[in-house]
Amino acid sequence: MSLTLQKQEGRAGLALISPTLVITLVVVVLPLLWAVMLAFQDVRLINIRSKGLFGGYTLENFRYVLSEPGFWPALVNTLVYTVAGTALSIAVGLVAALALRDRFKGRTLVRASILIPYVAPVVAVAFLWETMLNPQYGIVNTWLSQPIAFLSQAKGTFLGVEVPVALLTVIAFEAWRYFPFAFLFILARLQALPADLEEAAVVDGATPTQRFRYVIMPQLWRIVALLAVLRFVFTFTKFDDVYLLTGGGAGTEVVSVRVYNFLTSRDDIGAAAAQAIVLAVVLVVFLALYLRFFAGGEREQNR
Amino acid sequence: MSRTAEPALAAGGGERPASARRGRPMSRDRVERAALRVLKPLVIAVFVAVTAFPFLYMVMLSVRDIQELILDPGSLWPRRLTLDTYADVLTRQGFLTFMRNSAIVAVASVAVTLLISIPGAYAVARLRFFGHRQVHFLFLAVYLFPAIVLAIPLFVLFTMMGLRGSLFGLILVYIAQTVPVTVYMLRNYFETVPRSVEEAAAIDGCTRLSTIWRVVLPLSKPALMATGLYVFMIAWNEFLFALLFLVERRESWTVSLGLSQLAGSIEIPTTVLMAGSVVLTLPIVIVFFASERLLTEGLTAGAEKG
Repeated sequence: MSLTLQKQEGRAGLALISPTLVITLVVVVLPLLWAVMLAFQDVRLINIRSKGLFGGYTLENFRYVLSEPGFWPALVNTLVYTVAGTALSIAVGLVAALALRDRFKGRTLVRASILIPYVAPVVAVAFLWETMLNPQYGIVNTWLSQPIAFLSQAKGTFLGVEVPVALLTVIAFEAWRYFPFAFLFILARLQALPADLEEAAVVDGATPTQRFRYVIMPQLWRIVALLAVLRFVFTFTKFDDVYLLTGGGAGTEVVSVRVYNFLTSRDDIGAAAAQAIVLAVVLVVFLALYLRFFAGGEREQNR
Repeated sequence: MSRTAEPALAAGGGERPASARRGRPMSRDRVERAALRVLKPLVIAVFVAVTAFPFLYMVMLSVRDIQELILDPGSLWPRRLTLDTYADVLTRQGFLTFMRNSAIVAVASVAVTLLISIPGAYAVARLRFFGHRQVHFLFLAVYLFPAIVLAIPLFVLFTMMGLRGSLFGLILVYIAQTVPVTVYMLRNYFETVPRSVEEAAAIDGCTRLSTIWRVVLPLSKPALMATGLYVFMIAWNEFLFALLFLVERRESWTVSLGLSQLAGSIEIPTTVLMAGSVVLTLPIVIVFFASERLLTEGLTAGAEKG
């Protein structure tokens, strides 16, 4: 009797989950496997029908993609953009969460205001930044003594140091748009912290910065580590933001924008796929390194 | 100074901080507290300015003539209010059509995603079936997997099948990308529905499907709302797949795609496009704040467990 009930339950479970599995399989998993095959074939949109799914495998795409002069700078850009964007968005989100931790009049409104950049459509906010930073009629440039072409100028000097203007602007955009994401998670964690630890610290005479350093921060490391992984993964392969702001020009080309250009304007599917695979592999390598070194160290700190 | 930074926490007994403070009026504690009292409102003000100002600027630009912007780019308030920009963007630039397309895509994605993920989430929450432990891994993988990799085979496939330019293909992709997350969100909620209620329904003669329909769903309304709005926001805001699939057919453009395509042209005044940005942003902001508490709780539910 119990066996048949169990069997029945198993069958019902599979039946109920099957639509979910079918659509993920057909629209996500199988296409991904195909993307891997495409990376090893010499295919363009014109000859795709004559090439079979299998066979004709070659490493030519990878050799071609890796030897292109633009690839390595794009990979470096991707890395700089991702690391800086991730770190800044988490740091700013942490400050915002700490500032909004205690109740005050109008906190709900401030919270709402902080969340808008993250919620608003990326196309709208990218266009907004473009307009605000426009050298001719952008409002930001009316505040400066000399207009700066933030989004179309690859290099500029700031206090005598040469800086990559457009890349820094794109990173600032990233921090501005995604700090609310970190803010939400850190604030939720902050509000769930038990009060007694901090009260004990106050009794022991700990100053606010000491409480932050020795009581609050140790309890936040895990959520910060999780946020770092999430933001790194999302930013590393991000396409929209850079494409909309600069189109990949002015020294801001990241690998995902290159993939898009290979796919559409060059119509080279094989090379686009190869490049995307390289990007994904590099991402996995970085994640593995991160988990190996940082996650282990963090666990020890918590102990 | 007897009090250094380190022993403050380690000290068990020792001197009482209150008396120490009385003894030294400018103790570190008092300095820090005073500094924070000043800094905190300042920091909050900066955050509000940095996040709210750009959107205020967006609205202000959308209600003025382009001549005014070029003559006086530094002014925030328009001298002469006009709504012609909105009339222009909605009719002449075709944003009404784009909004219709976006609405179709978003509503269809929400409906089908819920239809698929409700039974899926119920199965994961309640039933032990072959592989029910492994599905989490699949969902996490789909959630984290880069869209740009997926874009290549789907672009090729849709080109071969002649699905480019049709909203149907786009809806299919949005469903596939959101279903894993919505199954996860709903599952968390379904698990909080007491089993005894379901068992009572079963004893009263409900089949499994009618138990879901009559007992679980009415109890899960907030979660359904939050999940639906999450899908709506993704579908309304999405850009990459809309660009890849729809760009050649202007009558199929979504609002996001329409704004991004028109933003490059010189003939359309920036103020008109700003009106388009407002039209694109407003529905999402309204939807979000109507449901903000539901959404953020669902999104950060995992964080509280630590």
